[in-house]
Amino acid sequence: MTERTEPLVELRDVKVHFPIKSGLLVDRTVGYVYAVDGVSLSINAGETYGLVGESGCGKSTLGRGLLRLVEPTDGEIVFDGIDVRSLKGESLRRARRRMQMIFQDPLSSLDPRQSVESLLIEGLKAHGLADDKAATGKRLRETLEAVGLPASALRKYPHEFSGGQRQRIGIARALVLNPELIVADEPVSALDVSIQAQVLNLLEDLQNERGLTYLIIAHDLAVVRHIADTVGVMYLGGLVEEASSDDLYREPMHPYTRALMSAVPVPDPLVEDRRERILLAGDLPSPTNPPAGCRFHTRCPWAQPTRCADERPALRDVLGGHRVACHYAEEIAAGRIRPHEVEPELVRPDDGGAPGDTGELIPTP
Amino acid sequence: MSLLDVRDLSVVFQRRGERPFTAVDKVSFSVEPGQTVGLVGESGCGKSVTSLAIMGLLPQRGNKVTGEVLFEGANLLELRPDDMRDRRGRDIGMIFQDPLSSLNPVIPIGVQVAEVLERHQGMDRRKALREARQLLDAVGIPDPERRLKEYPHQISGGMRQRALIAIALACKPRLLIADEPTTALDVTIQAQILTLLKQLVDETGTALIMITHDLGVVAGLCDTVNVLYGGKVVERAARHELFARPRHPYTHGLLNSVPRLDSVRGERLHAIRGSVADNIPWTEGCAFAPRCNYVVDACLEGAPPLEPTATGGDLRCNNPVPVEVTVP
Ligand SMILES: Nc1ncnc2c1ncn2[C@@H]1O[C@H](COP(=O)(O)OP(=O)(O)OP(=O)(O)O)[C@@H](O)[C@H]1O
Ligand SMILES: Nc1ncnc2c1ncn2[C@@H]1O[C@H](COP(=O)(O)OP(=O)(O)O)[C@@H](O)[C@H]1O
Ligand code: SF4
Ligand code: SF4
Ligand SMILES: [Mg+2]
Ligand SMILES: [Mg+2]
Repeated sequence: MTERTEPLVELRDVKVHFPIKSGLLVDRTVGYVYAVDGVSLSINAGETYGLVGESGCGKSTLGRGLLRLVEPTDGEIVFDGIDVRSLKGESLRRARRRMQMIFQDPLSSLDPRQSVESLLIEGLKAHGLADDKAATGKRLRETLEAVGLPASALRKYPHEFSGGQRQRIGIARALVLNPELIVADEPVSALDVSIQAQVLNLLEDLQNERGLTYLIIAHDLAVVRHIADTVGVMYLGGLVEEASSDDLYREPMHPYTRALMSAVPVPDPLVEDRRERILLAGDLPSPTNPPAGCRFHTRCPWAQPTRCADERPALRDVLGGHRVACHYAEEIAAGRIRPHEVEPELVRPDDGGAPGDTGELIPTP
Repeated sequence: MSLLDVRDLSVVFQRRGERPFTAVDKVSFSVEPGQTVGLVGESGCGKSVTSLAIMGLLPQRGNKVTGEVLFEGANLLELRPDDMRDRRGRDIGMIFQDPLSSLNPVIPIGVQVAEVLERHQGMDRRKALREARQLLDAVGIPDPERRLKEYPHQISGGMRQRALIAIALACKPRLLIADEPTTALDVTIQAQILTLLKQLVDETGTALIMITHDLGVVAGLCDTVNVLYGGKVVERAARHELFARPRHPYTHGLLNSVPRLDSVRGERLHAIRGSVADNIPWTEGCAFAPRCNYVVDACLEGAPPLEPTATGGDLRCNNPVPVEVTVP
């Protein structure tokens, strides 16, 4: 799949923090959601970077921050040599045409009152690309054909399509602008299994035909492994591991990645019966109040008494491009450190909501 | 006698001014005591409606349920609503996909568990709360004493699902129906909940109907699997048999279309073409025919019958996938 190996996209220490406001009259910032908290990665031209992690770990925010659909708090974003964060007005608009997004829920991301034709033309108009009527018509038909929809789809409305077809419309809307980078946020997770394969194959075909670069965000590890050249695993706003897809799945090194991979059910009873699961204790901590040190230390079965709780591990190259953010990656890989039991810590969903005390439920005798 | 024997269960929805819609079409399957049975299929194939019909939880109006649901020989469809309510919770427990909407938001978790024990086992509040604390502990909720007093929104999704399991299992039902119990959860939390379910089912001998679209979940859990398509069972087989030799073209297609964590990378996925929108009505032929690579003339001449297979399962297909093709 890869001929060029120039990075098209580079993120350096990107942070996206959302202020938590409180106060009725004056907006007072009482804290931050550290949605993305220092991510550095690069995506080679023509390749697919897959970002995995559990809900709330900051995947979507990172993707949106890259396209400046949310404003990053800090860090550098370089797209084809352009400093994206400094772009304004016309130059931002020009750059945006080259970077498009596909969303998870095909229906809610498409305006139900717009026909497919007007959905597709909208983007072209915004970029002044719809002036020549005949050329535009041709472009629309070609785009639809590329995503496997008939030209008759142009006059229809999103609700007249099945989920898989709607996702094709979503892809067409991104594609029609002839972008170089597509950020796809959970592009198949709302689709039935039998349809997922169609959409994944389509994304691959389009990449081969047009040399597209993808950032594919998904929580499904099997999907990401299938489609990505390089995979990054996120936990609580940070990258904890990054490697080529094959390396990562052959030898996951970060304790969180190991747990994540061992948790994915495989549709094969022979495999399932033999599997050893690394069950994580407790829930994902809240990104408003991430644990100090290694963010995974509250759930890590390999956590050590030194460093883990007070020193945040950097993402470092452990072997030949396999990057891991764990102080003890080598020792764990070599089996010198064994996993142990972890006491689950309770995590509140909103973090900070005071527990409603209903008094003693069990009367003390 | 089977614990549960579902015979020719049909559910037809009828809205005024609309054509009747058959969501569940003569579905039959049985569950033996202590057995785990899977119902799989994609969105809209009738999994949830089947389970709601078994539980008597379909809306009062707008649908017609026919067939028999025999629980230890008694037809649940003929019970009065009061008696059915009694059965739910005591004999049959249920867990849904979204624990937040199945829990009462204004009642502390502990009281919700205790109420089930009071209602079905006649315990007083004090005893019921003690038992509730033990149940929360058994489903792995940390610090259960404190959790008793908390409201559903104060605990995480995974903990809520554990609380729901505690409620469903409070009265030691002989059958538990779980409808996509882990679909809304993250994969590491899903692993926790599935492990817990498996362990509880083993310990208590409760039979389980597991409803899911995830073939991986079925592979690790179910003794027997029923594959639904368009409201009908199209294939039924023991777990190992189904995954090793899927004979129905739909089952075969599904298994081939999912990317696997342990498969060779770089291979193109074998997608099933079209979508359920292409289905034809079963009255005209096999609903899957427009998407099927094995279609023969007979497939457009009415619904193929569900027939027993040589390996003890059942198959609804005129031209099944040859065994040579399915063996890797
Ligand atoms: N109350 C209702 N009125 C009319 N039609 C309904 C009703 N409930 C369900 N249906 C229809 O019945 C069919 C089966 O629905 P069901 O909820 O059982 O699907 P499912 O297999 O559980 O799917 P999913 O995987 O999406 O949960 C669907 O076509 C659905 O639209
Ligand atoms: N606009 C926003 N304002 C405040 N918090 C947000 C906003 N968008 C996302 N978040 C929070 O940031 C964290 C990461 O979210 P997200 O990137 O959507 O995660 P993921 O895509 O990995 O599930 C979550 O805690 C989420 O609630
Ligand atoms: S740094 Fe420590 S706590 Fe973090 S993953 Fe490594 S061993 Fe676990
Ligand atoms: S009955 Fe015919 S159309 Fe239906 S699955 Fe079998 S071969 Fe395909
Ligand atoms: Mg997201
Ligand atoms: Mg359902």
